Amino acid sequence: MGKYIAKRILISIPLMIAVVLVVFLMLQVLPGNPITVMMGEKASPAVIERVTEQMGLNDPVMVRFGRYILDACQGDLGISYKLNRPITGLIMEAFPNTVKLAIAAALVAWIIGIPAGIVSAIRKDTLLDRGLMGFSLVGISLPVFWAAMLMQFIFAYKLDLLPVAGFSTWKHLIMPAFVLGWASSGTIARLTRSSLLGIMRNDYIRTARAKGLRESLVVIRHGLKNAMIPVVTMMAMQFASLLSGAVLTETVFGIGGIGVLMVSAVNDRDMPLLQGSVIFSTMIIILGNLVADILYSFLDPKIREQ
Amino acid sequence: MKRKNMNQAADILADRIASGFSMEGTDWIPEGATEPAQIEEKAEAEIAPNETLKEQILSIFRHNKVALVSAIIIALFVIVTIAAPLFAPCDPYVQDLTNRAGTPSAQHLLGTDQLGRDVLSRMIYGGRVSLMVGLIPTLISMAIGTVLGLVSGFIGGKIDNIIMRIADVLMAFPSLLLAMLVSYTLGGGMLTIFIALSLAGWAGTARVVRSEVLSLREKEYVEAATSIGVKRSVIMMRHILPNCVPTLVVLFTMNVPGNILTESSLSFLGIGAQPPDPSWGLMVFEMKKYLSDSPVATLAPGIVILILVVAFNFLGDALRDKLDPSLQN
Repeated sequence: MGKYIAKRILISIPLMIAVVLVVFLMLQVLPGNPITVMMGEKASPAVIERVTEQMGLNDPVMVRFGRYILDACQGDLGISYKLNRPITGLIMEAFPNTVKLAIAAALVAWIIGIPAGIVSAIRKDTLLDRGLMGFSLVGISLPVFWAAMLMQFIFAYKLDLLPVAGFSTWKHLIMPAFVLGWASSGTIARLTRSSLLGIMRNDYIRTARAKGLRESLVVIRHGLKNAMIPVVTMMAMQFASLLSGAVLTETVFGIGGIGVLMVSAVNDRDMPLLQGSVIFSTMIIILGNLVADILYSFLDPKIREQ
Repeated sequence: MKRKNMNQAADILADRIASGFSMEGTDWIPEGATEPAQIEEKAEAEIAPNETLKEQILSIFRHNKVALVSAIIIALFVIVTIAAPLFAPCDPYVQDLTNRAGTPSAQHLLGTDQLGRDVLSRMIYGGRVSLMVGLIPTLISMAIGTVLGLVSGFIGGKIDNIIMRIADVLMAFPSLLLAMLVSYTLGGGMLTIFIALSLAGWAGTARVVRSEVLSLREKEYVEAATSIGVKRSVIMMRHILPNCVPTLVVLFTMNVPGNILTESSLSFLGIGAQPPDPSWGLMVFEMKKYLSDSPVATLAPGIVILILVVAFNFLGDALRDKLDPSLQN
């Protein structure tokens, strides 16, 4: 298993470098000098030329890429054009908000998704099963920004129970966590159901039943224990994607997280900030998938034994 | 009485089975008994019915009401959208600055937007954006993905490795982020969305098609074709691709709603469709600050996104269960 994990980690490193390269190239093919954007139209050509030279923007792309990677490894992602501050600092300010939201949303997703999946697998093809799966499918299909605004309208404007937007007290967390959690719970519920149904078809389940074990114990001890392996993996991957920034939820509820950082970078045409924040978020996803893989190898005895 | 009949039936069945076994190897077959080989054939026919794709899809609609309703909803969306001028009560671009963000009235059933335009009419025209984004980039990305998946799976080796590593890189990006990057580079607008979604979507299709090809390649009929010297390109087009079609149909239905959601999300962020285009996401974005005063006009476009996406997802699920259950998760 150690070999398997080492292989996984080794595969991730070139993937990360490739991702950085893709982001870097996509943003470098832009016509026009970013320094002009940074300094405004009024700056004199001589000044623009000098700053461009100073920042090394006249070097070949691959030289700049190499420099960017080396700097990034030391935690330096450059300086924001618009805010004139180090990007690493901006990300570190935004990240705790994203983390709080991600934890809350993941909890909601798991508390709704896992029981829903188990119940609908046990009560397969009943009205309850259909209802729960319908609810999950709606969650997957939800335009998150719209659901967020609908909740704002009902719970903030009409009922006046919760604050409309902002991110200071725990009350601010309820609506965003629920919206994001519902959207994520669908995947979990569907996977839990299909995984459990697949497991319950196995011979050892029949054996367990045949030896007179109570049905609840059959489901918990023999069914769930095995069915949860892919679900836990999915939970890890989903958590990583929540950590990478919930662009829409953060925007609607005015939460200053990674997602809002990226959107404002696009709107302000702040290239280094967009580059840095997108790379940060993608790295989290790659790391999350790596963790999920490793987790899977721990949980699945078939891989563990190797 | 009933019980007796059942017992008799069981006895007859037992006799038949017994005679079937005992007669094995002899030429004599009792009258009315079926030859074991025939039984097997029948069983196989029941497990894997030799239906055409069209028959299979029709049978889904016959047995699955949810799928049928979903298909009808999608068809209605398509009809209303194509014939938008017939259904829209007003011109979607005509402004009435004296009636901004108006609440529903007899003249404007769903109210008016921030420039006094009729929301219902804009929603009807907006369906064109969503359906186009749902269909065209999905088709483009799947065409790219199918070709690359076929090549990757059939040729293998270095080419396979290169294609799959590129797919890995693309799949590391959440689709919204990739679209944001493309939108930053190329500027907003429909063309950008098309490019972004086409670029991002092929990797998933390529992976699925590749794995399909890998299993089909081992089939006897492919081996037979190879052994009599049929060209690889011909095998690919005649023997492998047609067998991928059911999977592709399922993938298509499952990819469409994702693209519709990504477009509306990008437009909601203000970096997708550009005004004055009526896109559902953009409409919600433009009306954001009128949420408390004019909730119907603000939220109505979101409901149709939800309905359309749910319909596609239900249809996709039904098609998957029938045509390719292996695609689950």
